[in-house]
Amino acid sequence: MKIIKNLGLVIFITGLAIWTASIFMGDFTLQQEQLDSFISEKGIKSELVAQKISDNVVGKKLGTFAFTGAVRDALAQNNDYYDAQIAKYDAAKEWDKKGEQYQYRINDKDFQAFSFSLAKKAGTGFIVENKGLMWFLTFGLGILGALMFIFPNLVLLGKPGIKNDHVYHEAATNRGWIAWLVLVYLVLFYLVLYFNADYVVNWTFILDPISNALNGGDASQWFVYGFLYCVIMVTMAVRMYIKYRHNKYQIVRTTSVLFFQIVFAFLIPEIMASLGKPGYDFKNAFPLDYDFFFEWNLDTLTQSGGLGIFILVWGVVLTLVIVPVMVYFFGKRWYCSWVCGCGGLAETLGDPYRQHSNKSMKAWKLERWLIHSVLVFSLVMTLVTLYCYFTGAEAFLGINSQWIKDTYSFLIGAWFAGVIGTGFYPIFGNRVWCRFGCPLAAYLGFVQRFKSRFRITTNGGQCISCGNCSTYCEQGIDVRAYAQKGENIVRSSCVGCGVCSAVCPRGVLKLENGPEAGRINPTQVLLGNDVDLMDYVNNKEAS
Amino acid sequence: MQEHIVIIGNGISGVTTARHIRKASDKKITIISAETDHFFSRTALMYIYMGHMKYEHTKPYEDYFWKKNRIDLKRAFVDTVDHENKQLLLSGGEKMSYDKLVLAVGSKPNKFGWPGQDLDGVQGLYSKQDLDMLEANAPDKETCKRAVVVGGGLIGIEMVEMLLTRDIPVTFLVRENSFWNGVLPQGESEMINRHIKSHHVDLRLGFNLDSILADDNGKVRAVTIKETGEEIACNVVGLTAGVSPNVAFLKDSGIELGRGIKVNPMLETNIKDIYAIGDCAEQHEGINGRRPIEAVWYTGRMMGETLAQTLTGNPTAYNPGHWFNSAKFMDIEYQTYGWVFSKPKEGNTHFHWMHKDDNKCITIEMQEGTRKFVGINNFGIRLRHELFDRWLTEGRTTDYVLEHLKDANFDPEFYSHYEKDILDAYNAAYGTSLSPKKKSWKRIFA
Ligand SMILES: Cc1cc2nc3c(=O)[nH]c(=O)nc-3n(C[C@H](O)[C@H](O)[C@H](O)COP(=O)(O)OP(=O)(O)OC[C@H]3O[C@@H](n4cnc5c(N)ncnc54)[C@H](O)[C@@H]3O)c2cc1C
Ligand code: SF4
Ligand code: SF4
Repeated sequence: MKIIKNLGLVIFITGLAIWTASIFMGDFTLQQEQLDSFISEKGIKSELVAQKISDNVVGKKLGTFAFTGAVRDALAQNNDYYDAQIAKYDAAKEWDKKGEQYQYRINDKDFQAFSFSLAKKAGTGFIVENKGLMWFLTFGLGILGALMFIFPNLVLLGKPGIKNDHVYHEAATNRGWIAWLVLVYLVLFYLVLYFNADYVVNWTFILDPISNALNGGDASQWFVYGFLYCVIMVTMAVRMYIKYRHNKYQIVRTTSVLFFQIVFAFLIPEIMASLGKPGYDFKNAFPLDYDFFFEWNLDTLTQSGGLGIFILVWGVVLTLVIVPVMVYFFGKRWYCSWVCGCGGLAETLGDPYRQHSNKSMKAWKLERWLIHSVLVFSLVMTLVTLYCYFTGAEAFLGINSQWIKDTYSFLIGAWFAGVIGTGFYPIFGNRVWCRFGCPLAAYLGFVQRFKSRFRITTNGGQCISCGNCSTYCEQGIDVRAYAQKGENIVRSSCVGCGVCSAVCPRGVLKLENGPEAGRINPTQVLLGNDVDLMDYVNNKEAS
Repeated sequence: MQEHIVIIGNGISGVTTARHIRKASDKKITIISAETDHFFSRTALMYIYMGHMKYEHTKPYEDYFWKKNRIDLKRAFVDTVDHENKQLLLSGGEKMSYDKLVLAVGSKPNKFGWPGQDLDGVQGLYSKQDLDMLEANAPDKETCKRAVVVGGGLIGIEMVEMLLTRDIPVTFLVRENSFWNGVLPQGESEMINRHIKSHHVDLRLGFNLDSILADDNGKVRAVTIKETGEEIACNVVGLTAGVSPNVAFLKDSGIELGRGIKVNPMLETNIKDIYAIGDCAEQHEGINGRRPIEAVWYTGRMMGETLAQTLTGNPTAYNPGHWFNSAKFMDIEYQTYGWVFSKPKEGNTHFHWMHKDDNKCITIEMQEGTRKFVGINNFGIRLRHELFDRWLTEGRTTDYVLEHLKDANFDPEFYSHYEKDILDAYNAAYGTSLSPKKKSWKRIFA
């Protein structure tokens, strides 16, 4: 069994290595026709760009970084030239001429997309010619290796029950060197994905066949991300199933979150896209889905006929009605640990790291400041956007609409939710984003805290203050602080993962939905001690 | 000057006292302990060794808590209590005076004078120091090729479980002929025997330790068994044959001692202004049918809550309610409410139900004839404390309890339910025809 496990690890690492190495494989040779068609497709006005790329790139056989570097260089040179022109006309006070120059500049933000698109056309060589084989060597080996690593746990971990032995002895789960390595890899992955997708255009070739089958088009980096996300979740869910096989709540919950990721977040949008409709994730609720009210989305939806309007209405109803009503009945867990994609990854890939959430009072304070600030940020952004959308203004309340959207997308959408939120799993735990950043979680949290039937009931006086619950709470809730006082846990941040209840060795915690009365229980003295302290306290106040 | 209350012992009982005194008053509070700087949860020691947690995680309060609540912490060992001068002598020669003294000094592992019991590699499992010692003695299976754990109680089985996580082969020497059968009824005790064996433990029931043998360096090399004379080679011996109050340092203090520190229901010792609580306290007579010494977590906590009342001007007697407790035997959780004795008390009888998977069962003790409910042991099924506490107070019958068992189920959602199975078995045994009532929140919150 150990042998299979170790072999699995070797195979997995091989797959991962090939996947990583694939970035550097193959050549890119751009043909003049490809460039011309691209330029006209995109309506690029600057002839200089076409000229530079034609000179420096076309016809040459270049590696990944040489190719993307050359394209980006060409774009930069183009911009330099027009910047100089602008400065020149500015000095000469020839305003019209100056104004004309701007259309020839390429937005710096678009460099990677520009370079990505060209690379996608220009790719040749091994990967492009052997997409199926490459799929096997990367995804195939990765999945196979991971499963070979995971399945023996069925035997190695022993009988069903809590399996946290050695969590704090192993470098991978105790913030050791493996954890740091994983952190670096994940952070780099997100930096590339969000800001330098042209570097990993090779990855998209590997998934072209699957993308074609699903939506009729070639794979983008987002397709790669979505597919990878599902694959990782499925594989790590197998690990969850084995680890928590004694606990039906965990099994059902994991299945649910898998279902919503694969069907709602991945398949349905792809299929919609293949039908020429806007791809929409029906479970992704605003304000987590922060660009729902962005102009481009509103435009797309309003121009997509009945379906578009349905989505628009659905999106609003989801946020305003479905979400709070469900939270009232079931707690925010129905979303955060049963449906949500971010939660889904956290509960599968992130499960080995759940113990790293910070339980200190300071962290709790930081949490409340941060998450509510992000909520306000997202709401202000949306307000500004909508105002500008309907009035045609550029700014509202002195805030430029484009600026605030860009800032939010960059800071919150990319950095907080992605790079930090997932990249930092191995060191700061698996719910950094959900706890400190997610505006939807903040909203759900309000409802859960103030108007909900959900609570974690503490079983009278049975708590022995061991601390397992707090340690394994991914949301950094000091569960023990409540349990040892016999107090129920009613916290806005609780995502109802149920792990505190699972790891408790004394059967103290139960997640349940019940009447609101009695949800928050007064507990001056623990059950079992017949000193009636409440009486005492009350009498004292009276006298 | 504020009255100075000094508490010896920073375990659950001492700390609970301090917290509740602070809630109700402004008195000066000092906690002295020789063990650790801060309060930690002794019950979690095993999880540190097993790698589920680190020592930090076992501290129920963050380190700033003590200063914020003006509870002074002093790391020192108290050599003598001089009650005439109301003074403590700390090792190192320092003195500390007190106005009121609370002894919350806990227990120490029993040693029954076995030859070799103080050898290198022989140890109990009680303190943080014991844990560190185990980490040194048994870091892995290469250093410790076999361990022998002596004494079949709750700490013994924890120690066995701990050692197994390091793949160390374990021989578990249990004096009784079935695990913990002085407390557990036969059916349960036997189920746990099977469970222990299924974890590949060399479980020896009905055997006593004879002596512990040393190698040339004074390290343990083997134990011998009394009944058979068999020698079992090992590198570590865990002595877990119960605990007793940690009162040696009080021998000549004038404080009345039995096995523990003698106290009355007000938790007062024979000496004015000195109190004792927790593991170390011994009631002159057990309260409400309880044992005079109750060495469990929550009783320490309750004594602490009670004593804090007395010390802040609200004299209160220790009056524990219905007995309850819990433990975990490797993978099987155990809870108990009320009294279930290993053999039914006179006039009582047992109803026992066991699930075919051999890791869930319950035993109910009830009065013969009336079938009045006396207590329940539940294994592998979680039950709601509050309801059982209420049912015991209300003097419900077992018929009533089983009919309403769904109300009391505390297992996580989606778990299989066994109320019907249990009732079927009960109906068959007692000729009743009860059926389980649907869960009712109304009744739960009544
Ligand atoms: C491994 C283990 C597992 C357990 N599991 C459970 C369980 O699951 N459920 C349960 O109910 N109970 C359990 N118990 C029992 C429970 O931990 C004890 O009942 C409880 O800790 C007693 O608390 P206490 O405050 O009375 O004493 P302690 O926690 O023993 O605290 C006494 C403190 O006083 C210090 N001290 C003693 N004398 C002096 C002195 N002269 N000077 C200075 N300091 C001194 C000691 O060093 C110690 O730190 C377990 C015990 C152990 C050892
Ligand atoms: S309190 Fe429990 S259920 Fe809630 S997030 Fe923490 S571990 Fe999960
Ligand atoms: S895990 Fe259970 S016993 Fe341990 S501190 Fe939490 S609630 Fe208490």
